[in-house]
Amino acid sequence: MESVPLERIGEDTWEIPVSFRDGMRVPGRVYADEELMEGMKGDRTLLQCSNVAHLPGIYKFAVTLPDGHEGYGFPIGGVAATDYEEGVISPGGVGYDINCGVRLLTTNMDAGDLEPRVRAVAETLFKRVPSGLGSQRKQFRLDEAELRALVEEGVPWLIERGMGRPEDAGSCEEQGSMAGADPEKLSKRALQRGLAQVGTLGSGNHFLEVQRVDEIYEPEVAKAFGIHGLDQVTVMIHTGSRGFGHQVCSDYLKTMDRAMEKYRVQLPDRELACAPAQSPEAADYRGAMACAVNFAFCNRQSVTHWVRESFQEVFRQPSEDLGLDIVYDVAHNIAKLETHTVEGVNRRVWVHRKGATRAFPPGSAEIPERYRGTGQPVFIPGTMGTSSFVLAGAPRSMELTFGSTPHGAGRVLSRSAAKRSFRGEEVQRSLRERGIHVLTDSMVGLAEEASGAYKNVERVVDVSHRLGIGIKVARLRPMAVVKG
Amino acid sequence: MQTEESTRGRAGYRFLDHTADVYVEARGASLEEAFEYAALATMEVMTDTGKVAPAIERSIEIEAEDRGSLLYKWLEELIAEFDISGVVYSRFHVTGIEEAEGTLRLKAVAAGEELDPERHDQRTGVKAVTYHMMEVEEQGDGYTLRFVLDV
Repeated sequence: MESVPLERIGEDTWEIPVSFRDGMRVPGRVYADEELMEGMKGDRTLLQCSNVAHLPGIYKFAVTLPDGHEGYGFPIGGVAATDYEEGVISPGGVGYDINCGVRLLTTNMDAGDLEPRVRAVAETLFKRVPSGLGSQRKQFRLDEAELRALVEEGVPWLIERGMGRPEDAGSCEEQGSMAGADPEKLSKRALQRGLAQVGTLGSGNHFLEVQRVDEIYEPEVAKAFGIHGLDQVTVMIHTGSRGFGHQVCSDYLKTMDRAMEKYRVQLPDRELACAPAQSPEAADYRGAMACAVNFAFCNRQSVTHWVRESFQEVFRQPSEDLGLDIVYDVAHNIAKLETHTVEGVNRRVWVHRKGATRAFPPGSAEIPERYRGTGQPVFIPGTMGTSSFVLAGAPRSMELTFGSTPHGAGRVLSRSAAKRSFRGEEVQRSLRERGIHVLTDSMVGLAEEASGAYKNVERVVDVSHRLGIGIKVARLRPMAVVKG
Repeated sequence: MQTEESTRGRAGYRFLDHTADVYVEARGASLEEAFEYAALATMEVMTDTGKVAPAIERSIEIEAEDRGSLLYKWLEELIAEFDISGVVYSRFHVTGIEEAEGTLRLKAVAAGEELDPERHDQRTGVKAVTYHMMEVEEQGDGYTLRFVLDV
């Protein structure tokens, strides 16, 4: 692996100097403790961070967060902000799974209420929410006109059709409906791939988890998020835009590949393909990307609907009486137009977050009013069988990371290495011994997603907390997992 | 480095290590054969293709301006097809890759069947093929392709 020069400029802060390579426009900025940094040195994470620093119009630095690991083009766990006028938009800076994200629901049940029925809950969820390879919904299929409306309007479209509560949309980033979505910018194939996949988890690291609150670090903030005490039951949904978003990304990588020649942009990696922000190519991508963003919000919304139905079925009570309210729904693969202060000047920038969660601090106008005193909720899913974390966006994020925190644990073992190290059946048994029910169609997938294949999520969260970009609010421990 | 492989003489495929995703090396005596193994490896990520019967046949034609893009579009076609129709393929016959006026044209027949969770292994879904670390190497005795699949 090529050695990348690093300067340690703070306990958890490292810089890749702009002098490292000729085309770098800004330095690379990496946030990690020593152990996480050692992991990053083992693959191309740091080199990719320096590649991102080549993007035209990039401001301040190319950021790699504590969960950073090698991706394609951008590292995963990366943030880059480019100028509104003079910068570029890069689909690779968003990723294939556009608006992959996490939604958290709270309930008014506690673990003791759930425990006797946890197996039934898990089985009902597994039955109602399609997961795994090629998961499709048989009883909820849209036609093309409906899919176009769904991706244009987002969560409100589903609520109008009885698949949500009136307040649900307001509890999502972008109110569950990103503006500018233009179905005319979608390929036929993207629409086809999306048709049967609304409301499915998919495979890989996606999951649906029933959890209990295990620890509370900031009781007042937790209360504002609807987390009132230990052992309260929560539900976490982690999925994205499925084949629909993957196709949008593939389509526009090809468009950008051609645009690079047309606009004479040169970059060290083909996967960084981009176009000037004000070009028609970039505008088209934004129109299509917003469709995929809305698709993913709707995906998590319909899963939420079936989660509520599942609880209703098992406990024979209206889901409203059980809670199942949305705390928030956060995107961790997305590009957004935001205003950030760069060297004392407010600038409109395209913030690319690839495996990074927005973490706006208290007082931000973009977050729901009820969170303006606390900072926005951020959810960092653990790996299967390990705890997940609730954080609150904190002021230093605006200065250090363009308002972002990590998005997860980050892999350390390749899937092949994980399969050599773990067997799915054993993973399932050992989780069961610790009281965690795991249901999946894919034992191979279970081995690939074993928690030993990932960085320690607590370490990632602790760096975030120490830096003051996202403060720890609560820890959630899984009780039942439906794994994609 | 490799974990699973399938080889016939110098032709075949193997999976190389990559932290987040699946890194494939496919080899063939001809470019056509290397493309066949690239497709087979991609399907192997999703299921055991040994259990997939060649019940449905489909002709595929792909055009691209260079070999890398041709490989990208070829695999993308198969990945998208699975999302749309649920069909996984287990046999590939690339009948020709020809160049005319700066455009490469691939013609192939793929055979497979609809994935049935009762009979087929469910492994990991492939989101997309990427250009990351993509290589198309021509050697004296054949071709080697390397590429990363996003899963």
